[in-house]
Amino acid sequence: MTDEANNDITNENNGEEKAMETKNNSSLASVSAARAAKVGESRVGTGAIGVGLEARGVHAWFGQKHALANVSMDFWPGTVTALIGPSGCGKSTFLRTLNRMHEFIPGAAMAGEVLLNGDDIYAPGTDVTKIRLKVGMVFQKPNPFPSMTIEENVLAGLKLAQLKVENKNELLEECLTRAGLWNEVKDRLKSHGGALSGGQQQRLCIARSLAVRPQVLLMDEPCSALDPGSTLKIEETIGHLADSVTIIIVTHNMQQAARVSDNTAFFLSDGGPGQMIESGPTNEIFSRPKDERTENYVTGRFG
Amino acid sequence: MTTVAPVKNFDDVKPQTPWSASMRDRQMTLGLVIAAVVTSFVIVGITPMKGKLAYFVIFFAALLALDYTYSRLKFGKAAGVDSFFKTLFTVAICITVLPIVSILWSVWQRGHKGLHWTLFTQNMKQADFTGPVGQGGLIHAIIGTLIIIAIAVVISVPIGILTAIYLTEIRGRFSRPIAFLVQAMSGVPSIVAGLFILAAIVYPLTRHFNGFEGSIALAILMIPTVARTSEEVLRLIPEDLREAGLALGGTQWRSVALIVIPAARSGLFTAIILGVARIIGETAPIVLLTGGANVMNINPFSGTMESLPLYIWTGLLAGTPESFTRAWAGILILLALVIILFTGARYLGSKKAAN
Repeated sequence: MTDEANNDITNENNGEEKAMETKNNSSLASVSAARAAKVGESRVGTGAIGVGLEARGVHAWFGQKHALANVSMDFWPGTVTALIGPSGCGKSTFLRTLNRMHEFIPGAAMAGEVLLNGDDIYAPGTDVTKIRLKVGMVFQKPNPFPSMTIEENVLAGLKLAQLKVENKNELLEECLTRAGLWNEVKDRLKSHGGALSGGQQQRLCIARSLAVRPQVLLMDEPCSALDPGSTLKIEETIGHLADSVTIIIVTHNMQQAARVSDNTAFFLSDGGPGQMIESGPTNEIFSRPKDERTENYVTGRFG
Repeated sequence: MTTVAPVKNFDDVKPQTPWSASMRDRQMTLGLVIAAVVTSFVIVGITPMKGKLAYFVIFFAALLALDYTYSRLKFGKAAGVDSFFKTLFTVAICITVLPIVSILWSVWQRGHKGLHWTLFTQNMKQADFTGPVGQGGLIHAIIGTLIIIAIAVVISVPIGILTAIYLTEIRGRFSRPIAFLVQAMSGVPSIVAGLFILAAIVYPLTRHFNGFEGSIALAILMIPTVARTSEEVLRLIPEDLREAGLALGGTQWRSVALIVIPAARSGLFTAIILGVARIIGETAPIVLLTGGANVMNINPFSGTMESLPLYIWTGLLAGTPESFTRAWAGILILLALVIILFTGARYLGSKKAAN
């Protein structure tokens, strides 16, 4: 943490709400600095606990198309990492390699290693369903299960993965509370998930992911289909969750990356496969990017 | 300069629909229809074109022409074309509905005379098709049809839906050839299915006619319809939902069983309805495999069995006014049965969605 950043915090009155209103890119660095100070040094990957999730030289292909080349990254427990970059740069593809969702796309292939608590999730004999229990996912479009009530949606993971819980009601309340939805739905748990607004549906999907107690939560542009108010609520939720879950979020919204993340990785494709250009603490990426292309992107000069 | 909405009482504002047709519009439409009717009478009267069909054809042609001319003169060329197509679609719907209404009407007209309470209490053991209506009934045919259809449904629905799941969810190596075969099978004529069972099961194995053999033949006809419709329905379920199920640590099978199938529920009921619709009136396999009977036989594995299509056929073959009346009553009951079954299936299919 630099002096300059600390000054910014005092000026900003340490308030994220105020920071939210800042629109121009020059203030992104100060926004993220404010966040970094709020969550404290320990969260920005000094690594007392050990790395939770590591990508080692990950490549991805769709058929003959080499979509992603040689990405290596560490995701530390208790941090939020934002993946930014223009469309088609491979950041969503990378996200999906982290919980083995990539392989559902016909013609998909990959290379490299993804280590979860030290074990390669692509090693032969790995139980894929166990991996996806530990590495949950929230999708771009809110997708509550249409045939289920709110309650059934939250507890769907238990049924799907055949897990046993002692007190379902307790878990239900806990997950909805952590997703910031409990107060809005506690009186209508038996109604259908589809009856909620888009933002509420997305928080329901977050609650659903939390119910199986993931260690890591992947979010693929979770706010891109939502209005600013709902986006703010989801960002607050992410802030609360970061204490207990490692979060990796793909976003096109650089203000969002600055507001919610501790670390940021910038992806870019120059026509060939997408690559990770630069990664580091969010305020560094936004204030002192080392690569010219990163600087051009975060200042809005292209992309 | 900004303005702020003043606080106001809105009680004096009434909801209106300025876009709906005004009285004048309706009068104009009515006028056009009357003009078209008059035109059709005049043309049929003064030209060699005669018959009921001529009235309809000329009426619709005149309506299209008048409607187009009116809109074109009043609102211009684009509105004229728009109005022309609007009327064309209305006419198309009338032409589609006309035969259905006509069928229902003629079945009712000829069949209701044969309706008698004995139809639902008696069989044809003591009665003859040529005997007076009121003696004998078709309860044995109704029960026979229901048993045969029920067995065919029990056989073909699981096979059909599992095939669809293979094609849409598992997407295995054999998806393409199976999809092709299912498509080809949907064109199999019912007599071929009947002959196949006759050659494959009746002659070499059982050497007796019974209801179950008819059910198998009908199941062969029903499977492609159920499989293809289910496939279409399952393809409509967003990929997102499948992925969400898998991302929660579910296996593919549990994700399909707990998420995809419940989400497609009402569509799958439609698939079953269409399958039953395909087979409920089939006569050829029944004639070949289950034979006919005058009495109730509720054991599908032994002895011949009556069914409604066969009862109707026998009635029409007997050739007397009484037997015709019986046959039409049978058709009426078959139609009623279809409507009851379909309404029930629709209700079951939409019950959960309505909650």
